[in-house]
Amino acid sequence: MTDARIITGNQAAALAARLCDVQVIAAYPITPQSQLAEMLSLYVESGQLRAEYVRVEGEHSAMTVCIGASTVGARVFTATSSNGLLYMHEQLHWAAGSRLPIVMCCVNRGVGAPWSIFNDQQDSLAQRDTGWIQMYCRDNQEILDTIIQAYRIAETVYAPVMVCYDGFVLSHTMMPVVSPTPAAVRKFLPPYKPHTILDSNNPMTINSVLLPNRRPDAEGVLCDGYMEMRYKLQNALNRSPETIREVNRQYAEAFGRDHGGMLWTHRTEDAEVILTSMGSLAAEATVAADALREEGIKAGVVGIRVFRPFPEKKEVVAAYRNAKAIILFEKSVSYGYEGGLCSDLKAAFYGSGINAAIHDHVAGLGGRDVKARELVEAVKSSLARIAEGERELNTTWLNCHTE
Amino acid sequence: MPQNLFKIHEKEYVLPGTRACQGCGLSIAYRFALKALREDTIVTLPACCLCVLHGLYPLTPVLVPSVNNTFASTAASASGIAAGLAALNRTDTTVVAFAGDGGTFDMGLQALSGAAERGTDFIYVAYDNEGYMNTGTQRSSATPMGALTTTTPVLTKQQHKKDFLKIMEAHQIAYIATTTPAYPIDLYDKFVRAKRIKGTRFIHIHTPCPPGWQYPTKDTVRIGRLAVDTGLCVLFEVENGKFRFTGRSRTLAEKGNKLPVVHYVERQGRFKKMSIEQLSQLQNWVDDRWEEYKKKAAESK
Repeated sequence: MTDARIITGNQAAALAARLCDVQVIAAYPITPQSQLAEMLSLYVESGQLRAEYVRVEGEHSAMTVCIGASTVGARVFTATSSNGLLYMHEQLHWAAGSRLPIVMCCVNRGVGAPWSIFNDQQDSLAQRDTGWIQMYCRDNQEILDTIIQAYRIAETVYAPVMVCYDGFVLSHTMMPVVSPTPAAVRKFLPPYKPHTILDSNNPMTINSVLLPNRRPDAEGVLCDGYMEMRYKLQNALNRSPETIREVNRQYAEAFGRDHGGMLWTHRTEDAEVILTSMGSLAAEATVAADALREEGIKAGVVGIRVFRPFPEKKEVVAAYRNAKAIILFEKSVSYGYEGGLCSDLKAAFYGSGINAAIHDHVAGLGGRDVKARELVEAVKSSLARIAEGERELNTTWLNCHTE
Repeated sequence: MPQNLFKIHEKEYVLPGTRACQGCGLSIAYRFALKALREDTIVTLPACCLCVLHGLYPLTPVLVPSVNNTFASTAASASGIAAGLAALNRTDTTVVAFAGDGGTFDMGLQALSGAAERGTDFIYVAYDNEGYMNTGTQRSSATPMGALTTTTPVLTKQQHKKDFLKIMEAHQIAYIATTTPAYPIDLYDKFVRAKRIKGTRFIHIHTPCPPGWQYPTKDTVRIGRLAVDTGLCVLFEVENGKFRFTGRSRTLAEKGNKLPVVHYVERQGRFKKMSIEQLSQLQNWVDDRWEEYKKKAAESK
């Protein structure tokens, strides 16, 4: 019998962590993640989950505890938002550099200053270059399914995975979610095997200082220098799309739900205008595309599910190949330039023959509501300007007083 | 006072070839600490002099499994290792965090306070060489008044050393001890004792540093002993809230023949710009603490 529940995104995430039999949890409360930290405490204290819960004194320590526990071979979980994620930044690099398969939820929230507790994606976008895989979820079902997939991916490629979902829009909104059985999840997700075992019989110092060049060990065998280790991390992430797609495929086979591998499409086959976004805003874009089609505009959506590693050029080009106009909606900005997704997408098109007009909209910062009809209006306004010959524009700030 | 040297574990866990400086007080301390801790120990350490001692990848002279971590995170790293081991039922392993004074008194304080408050089952060792010696002798909150450092190059350190042991006492942890490589058997005994106790244990090692303190490398033990004789380093243990002097400090407390701090100060180049006023302030600071400790010892009887 199907186990369907009406739950929030945070509850879906907590349920997923429990289904994955996480062994160590370290979390520090921050809005809008708090309910997730609370749910996991309840699971552990009531005996529903056998795990060590370290109630740390800050996010820097939360990630450090995950690093320490993962190093000795425990499956770990944490979650944070906004400034909490920024406070972890140093440790995000350390986790990826240590090649630890940590899974963390980022419940997306705007960052200060000034303070906002509400949703945008500036927090996780600002962690782009830390060596983490970043996956964005559209709804609460996807949060649960993505976390389970994230452990498989992380423990296969030995890189940490950040599962991102929008604060309040998903974290505090109740939706129907189907929960797989613990037995089925255990079958899908084998136990974690650490890449290194810390053992007195084979003592070693992990992550010691490296010189710029390769150096021989005691037997004269040349060992990696810093650059070789960095290259291996880059290589692991570059090659991970194959794993991400395969895990998604196997998950769909086992549980009947396919959320796309690196990206997903909605009515793009004949689409002349393609809307693109990440997370819940991308889901909103599908509603907008359907509405545009009712007005006779051939619209579709490409949702970027995995932002790092960025979907491979071949896949990106195939998804957009018939588009005459591409309209992006981003909940973050790279100050002084444009939305980060827009830059990456343009770079993927370089030399591909795709020469569509591209308009980038920054939307919904600090929780400003974005409605499907506003997306529709924004697309129509962009299309009008493109018809007038404005193929490129400075980033438009949607629904924002810019006078 | 320990009876003899023969009880000390023969095995060496720090082989020749460390990258520590000549005359390094930490080298002596680490050697005896690891002998006391033996196998089934995991060390976690931040970027510090110990990280240098551990050598450059892919070689290390240290025969204990160890993990490097970032500067502010040593105690949290230990918390994570301890939690991971507990989750895997590997509870026979002793988790030891080893950090300098900068990584303890300054940047690591939050993580240490958190781990201690949670009663994390680990030993935290602060080897205190009274400054950022690894980065070239900058001032830390553990630097004593009147010391020249590269960030107090003209006026000397104007403030007293942070009384960190009081901060740890306030956490009411299972075990607190102070020691020095100048009395390696005292140090050894305290690590043996700490290993047998459960919960958070904190060991402070007063660690002479020839380049940072500016004295000849042959004088590390002499300087360390003078620190004890003058009361700048007081050897004690606090277990279950009971304070007791140990070793040389116990003798000094019983006989009342503590030396003036000038005997310690005059042998180190770092104090060459110390004013008479600072010297007197340092003496008062030492005397005040010494009286506090004597009171604690009397109350604990």
